[in-house]
Amino acid sequence: MQHDIPATPRRNISKAELFFGFLKIGLLGFGGVAPWARHIIVEERRWLSDREFAEILGIGQVLPGPNTINAAVIIGDRNQGIVGVLLCLVGQMAMPLVIVTALAIVYERVATIPEVGAALIGAAAASAGLVLGTALKMIRNIRPTPLSYVIGAAGFAAIGLLRWPLVAVVLVLVPTAIAATWWERRK
Amino acid sequence: MTGVLAELARTFALLSLVSIGGVNALLPEIHRQVVDIHGWMTDATFASAFAIANASPGPNVIFVSLIGWQVAGLPGLLVATFALLIPSSVLAYFAGRVLTRWSHHPAVAVLRDALIPVALGMMLASGLSMMRTVDRDAVTVLISLATTVFVYTTRRNPLWALGSGAIVNVAALHVL
Repeated sequence: MQHDIPATPRRNISKAELFFGFLKIGLLGFGGVAPWARHIIVEERRWLSDREFAEILGIGQVLPGPNTINAAVIIGDRNQGIVGVLLCLVGQMAMPLVIVTALAIVYERVATIPEVGAALIGAAAASAGLVLGTALKMIRNIRPTPLSYVIGAAGFAAIGLLRWPLVAVVLVLVPTAIAATWWERRK
Repeated sequence: MTGVLAELARTFALLSLVSIGGVNALLPEIHRQVVDIHGWMTDATFASAFAIANASPGPNVIFVSLIGWQVAGLPGLLVATFALLIPSSVLAYFAGRVLTRWSHHPAVAVLRDALIPVALGMMLASGLSMMRTVDRDAVTVLISLATTVFVYTTRRNPLWALGSGAIVNVAALHVL
C-alpha cells in the first residue's frame, strides 16, 4: 500500500490550473482516464489527498455518466463553481476530441492497409480484456457481500448474456438493489 | 439532416441518464441503438470506430463523439457529445453537492452499496460486449483473455497489453 500523499493546504484551485490540469489528464488518458487523473490530481498537483480523490471518484462512479467526467464536475464546482465545471469538462474533452477525429480521418485513408486494421482490432481486443480484468480486480478488492454478488450477477446476466435493453434493466434492477440492500442492513 | 441530429440527441441524452458505470457499460445498448435499431453503422464500421476511440487518449465518451462524427460530421459529433454529457453532468452537479454534504448518512451508504455491484455487473457485461464487437477469430479472443489475466494479476501499465495486442494481431496476419 502506498502512503497517502497529503494534499496542499485547502485553497481554491485557480481557473487556469483547473483547465490545464484537466487538459493534461485528457491528453495522457490512454486505456482509461481514472489512473491518469489520480496521477495528476494527487501526485503531481496535490489538489487532493488519495482519500479525497477516491471519495470523489466513488461518487462519480455511482452516478450516471463517465466517472472521471463526474469527478471533473465535482472538483470544478468545489473550487470555481459553474465556471470551474465548464473549464474542467472542456479541458478534459478538448484534446481527445481533436485526436479521435484526426485518427478517424487518417484511418479512412489507410483503412485498406491490412496491418492498420489488424493493429487497431488487436488493441481493441486487448481493451476488452482491460475492461474485464479491471472489473474482476475491483470485485476482488471490494469483497462483495453475497447480496452484492446476486445483484451484480443479475445485471451481468440481463445485459451481457440475455442482451435486454439497458434502460429497462436499470429501471428494475436499481430500485430492487436499493430495497434489498436496505432490507439486509436493517437486520 | 436535422432529423438525424435530433435522433442522435434523443438517443444519447436518454442513454446519458442510465449510464451508471460509464460509456463502457453502455456498449451493448449503444450497439443495439446504432446498428440494430437505427442502422447508422454496420457491424464492421461500429467495430472499427470502437477500435479508433480506444486508440485515442481520453474518456470513453469520445466513442460516442466518433459515432456522431461518422453519422453526421462535425454537427453530429457536437450533438452526440453534448447529448451524452449534459444530462449526466447536470445530475452530477446537484447530486455531487448533496452526496458530498451527506456522505456519512446511512441512506447514502445504502445507495452506494446497492449501486456498486450494479456498476460492476454492467462493466463485466460490457467487457463481454466489447469482445463480441471486436473479436472475430481465435487470435483476438486469445488477446482479450490474455489481457484480462494480465490486468487482473499485475499492476503494470495497461499500455503494455494494448501495444502487445496490436503487435500480436499484426503478426498473426503474416504467420497464420
